[in-house]
Amino acid sequence: MTALAPEAGKAFDLERVRSQFPILERPVRGRRLVYLDSAATSQKPLSVIEAESAFYRTTNANIHRGVHLLSQEATEAYEAARGRVARFLNASPDEIVFTSGTTGGLNLVAQSYGSLVLRPGDEVLLTQLEHHSNIVPWQLACERAGASIRVVPVTDAGEVEIGAFEEALSDRTKIAAFPHVSNALGTVLPVAELAAAAKRRGATVVVDGAQGIAHGRPDVRALGCDFYAFGAHKVYGPTGAGALWGRRGLLEAMPPYQGGGDMIRTVTFEKTTYADPPARFEAGTPNIAGVVGMAAALDWVEQTGVGAILEHEAELLRTAREALSEVPGLRLIGNAERQAGVQSFVIEGVHPHDLATILDARGVAVRAGHHCAQPLMARLGLPATTRASFAAYSGRDDVEALVGALRFAAEVLGA
Amino acid sequence: MSDLTDLYGELLLDHGRRPHNRRAQPVPPAADAEGHNPMCGDRVRVFVRIENGSIADASFEGQGCAISTASASMMTRAVLGRTPAEARSILHRFVGSVTGAEAAADEDLGELAALAGVRAFPMRVKCATLAWHALAEALRSAERAQADGNGGPPGGGAEPREGT
Repeated sequence: MTALAPEAGKAFDLERVRSQFPILERPVRGRRLVYLDSAATSQKPLSVIEAESAFYRTTNANIHRGVHLLSQEATEAYEAARGRVARFLNASPDEIVFTSGTTGGLNLVAQSYGSLVLRPGDEVLLTQLEHHSNIVPWQLACERAGASIRVVPVTDAGEVEIGAFEEALSDRTKIAAFPHVSNALGTVLPVAELAAAAKRRGATVVVDGAQGIAHGRPDVRALGCDFYAFGAHKVYGPTGAGALWGRRGLLEAMPPYQGGGDMIRTVTFEKTTYADPPARFEAGTPNIAGVVGMAAALDWVEQTGVGAILEHEAELLRTAREALSEVPGLRLIGNAERQAGVQSFVIEGVHPHDLATILDARGVAVRAGHHCAQPLMARLGLPATTRASFAAYSGRDDVEALVGALRFAAEVLGA
Repeated sequence: MSDLTDLYGELLLDHGRRPHNRRAQPVPPAADAEGHNPMCGDRVRVFVRIENGSIADASFEGQGCAISTASASMMTRAVLGRTPAEARSILHRFVGSVTGAEAAADEDLGELAALAGVRAFPMRVKCATLAWHALAEALRSAERAQADGNGGPPGGGAEPREGT
């Protein structure tokens, strides 16, 4: 059972889904908003917006300290969200550390777990698909430890082959870190296979779930990884809130990441003893309302249907690939066998930034650039691509608007 | 929509497709500097050679969007034969024009006025100014080299040199 496989069940009603996203009602440059930049951040349904707002209107207080009623209710809401996230990932609540997002989670693992296990001569294995946020934290950790980074190449289609991955593993590999889904190309990695291969060589497996969380339900037990980091804002939740799942035994062995309130047991000027995980890794007052919003977002995904959303996105991706292929001079970038609702492309003789400016004039929001994946762009021999990414509220009309705007861009640029 | 066609006019597109002076120069006798736009990853390297107090040759290298390429192309023509002080004056007027900071700055800019339309697209202003910031750095480098004597300028630039 792969973690991104759709489940049968709920019917998908696009109009009903769209009606729950207030932002889709606002016009952009006099036209209907065609939002095809969900891989950068997804839009938020009313239930999420209201959950955050309701928290501030009715419950706001600091958590884990006051004895008054609001503090008790805020603490309950915060800890209920931990349970919510744990259920979504098939994990246990005491393995869920709240973070500021995927980047926060990856930095936590790299610094805390990295300092625990990395020694001079050790290696951290990454892939060419990596987002900068799954490169730079490891560079910092390796620098401190005297360890080094090794990189698994990707194929022309944008895939990581298990053979190449196994070849790059060695007894020096202490940590293997890779994305669940590539943010630039949409490639869905065979996480379970890669994780099993890494574990056979004794490496710890860290998954960058920034995009994986938005395209399925990552079952961390089935994936067989050791850490899984994601941010709420990619999955219809607020910015500035996220979670790191880690195996209980690993979290218990890890030193604190940041010091402060809420992560201690006792403090004297001579010696501080630390709280157990997950509190050990949650220093300071967290984004309580954001965490509450994150739980509402996962509720929304489940109510809408994980499988139904996945099928809808897969259908849209097929439609988009066909329609884009017919645009003169357009080349699809990323042709993995398993691809989530993300499609990069380039048009001969047209720079992605010029393209994105012209698309924007038509109300079409896409991402243009290196997608914070400069090593991948270098591997593909491209300075940049244009990327369209889909979410539950995306439809065929969005794909049609994109293609129409691309033809308009060709006119403007005389390409 | 008129903002868009104002910006992507024929002159800009022509410079974008067939830029002038897109070539490297030996350093020294030229001085060079690199500009880097972290938003899009575009890089441009600008070369200036100063002889008898004025710019005897200006050129650039790099791949970028139509706006940054056209801007670099027009820039190399606009500063040719000028003193560094005159080139800086053009730079200030040009940057004022594309940022909208100087209302009446479009006059006297010649073909550079074709880039004024970028001020309607705040996210793209950096594309238009990229080569100009590199030019300023290259001029400083050339002047430092002259002040140091005959040793010839070392490669300048606020950015670490890569890919040269």
